[in-house]
Amino acid sequence: MVSSVILVPALLNGLMTGAVYALVALGLTLIYGVLHIINFAHGALLTAALFAAFFANKLLGIDPYVAALFLAPLFFGIGYALQRFVIGPAAHGEDRNILLVTLGLAVMIENALLYAFRADTRTINLSYAFDVVEIGNSFLAVPRVVAFGVVVAIAALLWFAMRWTDTGKAIRAVAKEKLGAELSGINVAHIYAVTFGLGTACLAVTACLLIPTYYINPHAGNAFVLIAFTIVVLGGMGSVAGAMLGGLFVGVVESFSGLYLGESLGQIGIFVMFILVLLFRPSGLFGERA
Amino acid sequence: MKGLAPIATVAVLLALVPFITASNAVLNFLVMAFLIALAGQGWNILGGYGGQYSFGHAAFFGTGTYVTAVLQVRYGMNAWLCFALGIAGGALVGAVIGGLSFRSGLRGSYFALVTLAFAEVLRIVASVAPITGAGVGTLIKLDLRPEAFQFQSRAPFYWVLLALLVVSLILTRIIEDSRFGAYLVALRENEDAAKALGVDTTLVKLGAMTISAAITAAAGGFYAQYFLFVDAGIAYGPWISVEALLAPIIGGVGTVFGPLLGALVIRTLGELTKIVAGDAPGLDLVIYGSVLVAVVAFAPRGIAGLIERVRGRLTPPAAPSLERSHG
Repeated sequence: MVSSVILVPALLNGLMTGAVYALVALGLTLIYGVLHIINFAHGALLTAALFAAFFANKLLGIDPYVAALFLAPLFFGIGYALQRFVIGPAAHGEDRNILLVTLGLAVMIENALLYAFRADTRTINLSYAFDVVEIGNSFLAVPRVVAFGVVVAIAALLWFAMRWTDTGKAIRAVAKEKLGAELSGINVAHIYAVTFGLGTACLAVTACLLIPTYYINPHAGNAFVLIAFTIVVLGGMGSVAGAMLGGLFVGVVESFSGLYLGESLGQIGIFVMFILVLLFRPSGLFGERA
Repeated sequence: MKGLAPIATVAVLLALVPFITASNAVLNFLVMAFLIALAGQGWNILGGYGGQYSFGHAAFFGTGTYVTAVLQVRYGMNAWLCFALGIAGGALVGAVIGGLSFRSGLRGSYFALVTLAFAEVLRIVASVAPITGAGVGTLIKLDLRPEAFQFQSRAPFYWVLLALLVVSLILTRIIEDSRFGAYLVALRENEDAAKALGVDTTLVKLGAMTISAAITAAAGGFYAQYFLFVDAGIAYGPWISVEALLAPIIGGVGTVFGPLLGALVIRTLGELTKIVAGDAPGLDLVIYGSVLVAVVAFAPRGIAGLIERVRGRLTPPAAPSLERSHG
């Protein structure tokens, strides 16, 4: 009923959007895979990163893509400190407490941003924001193509680091068998914090990739987080490959449901999918049974 | 039955407040605090006693609010009847969400996520569906007669809400002493063990969720009558999900008076923030968030736990306590 002239660009755009979702989900799934907690502060931290990228550009005139180079380490530090000095000690080792602490952090960060910057929606102007490239008969925005490439590169880098570096091996060891890892001399509290830091650093990069084409307000991150939850559940909690595939899949689904149902109902498509997956396949399409 | 005396004392003392002060500010403050306490008592039954942490109690609050408001406005039904149907509607939504998630074996973070998602779906649907007034919201017509569940002054509203709150306190006390309550606590402490001992954990959780949803929906229905206005952000917004869990956790999770204590504390903090910083959006929630983190870190059993600890230090323990220990 709809010709390929519309479907192909919708598919490609979906993949571009999906790549950004995948990066948010990658951070979430990394944290879940190792700490076995759902980080409810993920969205608020993404919003914080968006504001950081915004002010780096507005006040210091730094291009978002350059800002990523120092925001990623900065947010790694923030994530590290949050887990090491707030979430870890406050949780007393109980999962229910971790849920509450990350929820409390989310409420704090989001509303501190609301208090400081009000509910105004902000955007930045970049000379290249509206540039397009032509692929086949579809026109794709340059920032989105860049985002796609960066996400794929980061996923590959992360996969490589997990496999071949000592820290990566330690992270996998802690994820598999916490006690065993501790007994063989791995500092579990440190590895937890490193993982949380990596997840948060992913958000800083996401923010820098998003900001050329996206708006910022104190609730901006939330839009991504439930989507990221969906992806993580879909891809199997803790699975890096699952997060990538799930992200791309959700991006395409959103793009098509937006095409057929319109903007506001297109949003529901994601939630409905999320609930269905949670109810019927809580271990994900690619995950192992919990 | 043991434990009813403190509830009766609190009820009588609170009922006297309108005779002591006619200040609308005081009554308004207490109404909001009781409203949160009532919604929180709902959360407490499922989360506090049953250990199932819901992040989406807005789903039940909002259903109570909308059913009460929409049936009145669209179908001209009696307000009290609408209120009762609102509670029933909330219970139904609770039973459906509970049935779906518990049968699928969702626990812990998964359960928190799915409740959050349901509340968000309902919020989005309510913000576009014509029957709820979509983005504009629904306004209940002013009709200041007791038959229409509207009153000339704040005091009768206050007493009605207090009565609802007292009912929820007594209900909680009854559950505490019942076999059902014992099952609920058992599955909170160790679900697999409870199951192995023959507790039908799915059914118990489902029952708790239905009761929990009904109580929170009652708070929602009252909200509609008190403010005479509903929109999607109020009814299904995350604020009520957060406050409904904040109150019992701050006050003392899994205790009869925890939600009331906690609601009074968070509302006092909210008012103090307003006095200090003016009507700045967000600042009160920043404080709620920090209090939540601080309570979990330093007083995992809330104010009730702190009181107990102080009391335990003053009087030497007579017999080993059977109270649950956290950890």
